[in-house]
Amino acid sequence: MINVEHLTKYYGDLCAVDDVSFEINKGEILGLLGPNGAGKTTIYRILTGYLTPTSGTIKVKDYNIIDHFLEIKGLIGYLPENAPIYHDMLVFDYLNFVADIRGVAKDKKLTHIKELADLCNLNEVMHKTVEELSKGYRQRVGIAHALMGDPEILVLDEPTSGLDPNQIAETRDIIKRIGKQKTIVFSTHILSEAEATCDRMVIINQGKIVANDKLSDLKKSLKEDSFENIFRTLTREN
Amino acid sequence: MEQIKHIFKKEFKTYFISPIAYIVISIFLLIIGWLFFSTFFLNRQANMSRFFSMLPITFSFVIPAITMRLFSEEINVGTYEILLTLPVTFRDIIVGKFLASVAFVGIMLAPTLVYAISITFIGNLDWGPVIGGYLGALLLGAGYCAIGLLTSSITRNQVVAFIIGMTVCFFLTLLTDFMLYFLPDTFVEFFQHLSANYHFRNIAKGVVDSRDILYFASLSFIALYVANLVMQEKK
Repeated sequence: MINVEHLTKYYGDLCAVDDVSFEINKGEILGLLGPNGAGKTTIYRILTGYLTPTSGTIKVKDYNIIDHFLEIKGLIGYLPENAPIYHDMLVFDYLNFVADIRGVAKDKKLTHIKELADLCNLNEVMHKTVEELSKGYRQRVGIAHALMGDPEILVLDEPTSGLDPNQIAETRDIIKRIGKQKTIVFSTHILSEAEATCDRMVIINQGKIVANDKLSDLKKSLKEDSFENIFRTLTREN
Repeated sequence: MEQIKHIFKKEFKTYFISPIAYIVISIFLLIIGWLFFSTFFLNRQANMSRFFSMLPITFSFVIPAITMRLFSEEINVGTYEILLTLPVTFRDIIVGKFLASVAFVGIMLAPTLVYAISITFIGNLDWGPVIGGYLGALLLGAGYCAIGLLTSSITRNQVVAFIIGMTVCFFLTLLTDFMLYFLPDTFVEFFQHLSANYHFRNIAKGVVDSRDILYFASLSFIALYVANLVMQEKK
């Protein structure tokens, strides 16, 4: 479904992503993990057309990120880190705008927005502005934004960061529920969450891939049972 | 086209959600009204030429205030990432935002039609220059909006966007006026073709010449095109 091929990205002299290749299969929930500054967000930003790679490419289906970014953007629902959403818009207006841009048919638009509001528990805040919302609600608006227009692929950059344990459980629940029909890439710093949701892990550190496997296989090959220890061994600096 | 329409709708709506719109419109009407009517009765002429002659200088600082948030705010708050990852092209975003700001200028100008109507009660108003003036005002507004949009795209700081935008617009407004004093006539003649004020005055006389329209069209196009390059560069 998604092929990341020799992806490299420099910010000036700083190498954020260094020759990274991996693939994501259809219907898979992939955890892209790594410490802060490892290059996860950069990979997401390239995948979603926000940045262009210095070299290498990403292919989604048969589309190439450089030549067909518009088609790829249409296939992907993206929740950026911290869900930066137009803070002066009403939640309904915002979702309505996203629905229009994503080309949701006029006659189905209202029911689709209603569906997503139900799924993400947004019904009480539809007529509030985004800046009035708590962090948890804002994050949920972000998830509804990513799900708008029923995209095949979901890219969620730390969807649970800053949420309380109840909200984290809820969000995980939503991801699991929608994950049955979709291809999902997401990142998190809560390892137990990754353990519970992901089919496979790609762990990166300082712009390079250090592991790409099922967790059970990782545990076997490293002869280590605690995921936390595995993560720390793999991503310890030098 | 569809996408441009959606971006336009959103941007236009956003103007009226925030208080900026109402503040800018009030200040504009206050200043232009004062500049116009303070000498209107002294001139004893039933025309709006004074109003239109003050427009370029007023637009020079009002329009950058309208356009300063277009990109700067999005870059600063982070919504720029959301916008760019939606299935739209740079062109859709730029044209949508541009048209929204031009429409806003139209709304801002609309109340001044009252001046024209009230003048008809006290004298014989020649509508030719008035219609030409408003057409010119929209074209001038479009050109300055494009410049403001460009300066907004280069910085995340709205104040910086405003100051640079204002400087460029002032420069285009005053280009010939202040050079008249210390440059030979041949230079002035050449440079006046680059001056927004010169072309605006031509249209405001009521003579609509394709050269003047072309000037504003190219000014807008170039500024929007450069904004496109700036966005490309940021990727």
